Amino acid sequence: MTTAEKYVTAAYCAVFAIVLLYVVIIALKLQRLEREVEALAAREEQAAPVDEREPAQVG
Amino acid sequence: MRSRGPATILPLVRPYRISLPALAAASFALVTLALALVFFVVPNDADQGFSQRIFYFHVSIALTAYACFGLGAWKALVHLWRRDPRADLESYVAVHQGLIFGSLVLVTGSIWAKISWGHWWLWSENQLVLFLVLFLFYAAYFMLRFSLDPGPQRANMSAVYALFGVVLIPVSFLAIRLAQRFIHPVVFTRHGPSFGGWMLVAYCVAQAAMLVLAYTLYRVELSGKRLDAKLRELREVLV
Repeated sequence: MTTAEKYVTAAYCAVFAIVLLYVVIIALKLQRLEREVEALAAREEQAAPVDEREPAQVG
Repeated sequence: MRSRGPATILPLVRPYRISLPALAAASFALVTLALALVFFVVPNDADQGFSQRIFYFHVSIALTAYACFGLGAWKALVHLWRRDPRADLESYVAVHQGLIFGSLVLVTGSIWAKISWGHWWLWSENQLVLFLVLFLFYAAYFMLRFSLDPGPQRANMSAVYALFGVVLIPVSFLAIRLAQRFIHPVVFTRHGPSFGGWMLVAYCVAQAAMLVLAYTLYRVELSGKRLDAKLRELREVLV
């Protein structure tokens, strides 16, 4: 492998690595959002029976 | 009983014609085709030899970075004009994309400079220094944005800053053409590109690949940011 070939390979690998790093960061962020949505849904499920009780007739 | 409050969630989602999976598939196909053309079809350059192959992605990425900064400025103008919160978010994401592609330009450019000129960086080159100025200007955009509390003031100041930065794009692009003494090559002249055949085909495919890739990443990041904003508002309404 010549010096020029090594540098060209390094340049294209750098492009690939930076784009891949960016995609990984976005994926981690989406994972965090997913966890937050699940936490919010779980909290809503816990609160739901209180809100959804049917009114009982008295007397 | 918990108070639910009024439905104040902003309609941040904008309908798009092309779906994200289709864009991702197009990006993958174009980048693969561009790499195949660059490494297996295009002949060696008569002057620079094999190292000239960096050109196809380096120039495409540079023009894509300019396009991202331009889009960021356009969305900033739309925000200032219509006070649309969606435009502020779009401007922010476009500038972020521009910065990522800008860093790729600096990395690939430095590697190419090392092979061709024997130096990683030359401070005497206007084109290089002006691109660095443009890059640092937009890097400071994030310092400004995150030093302010979220709200209309932050959106307005960010928009004005992004709009000012767009002035540097033609200066950076024309610097090499206006310079008296330079070693940075000029391939696009008034008479068209100074290359043809497979080289031109490979460059056009690489340029299309970078633009589609940038747009795909822009849409992915925008979806994440919108989801984040929606979730924050939903939490405020529910809690």
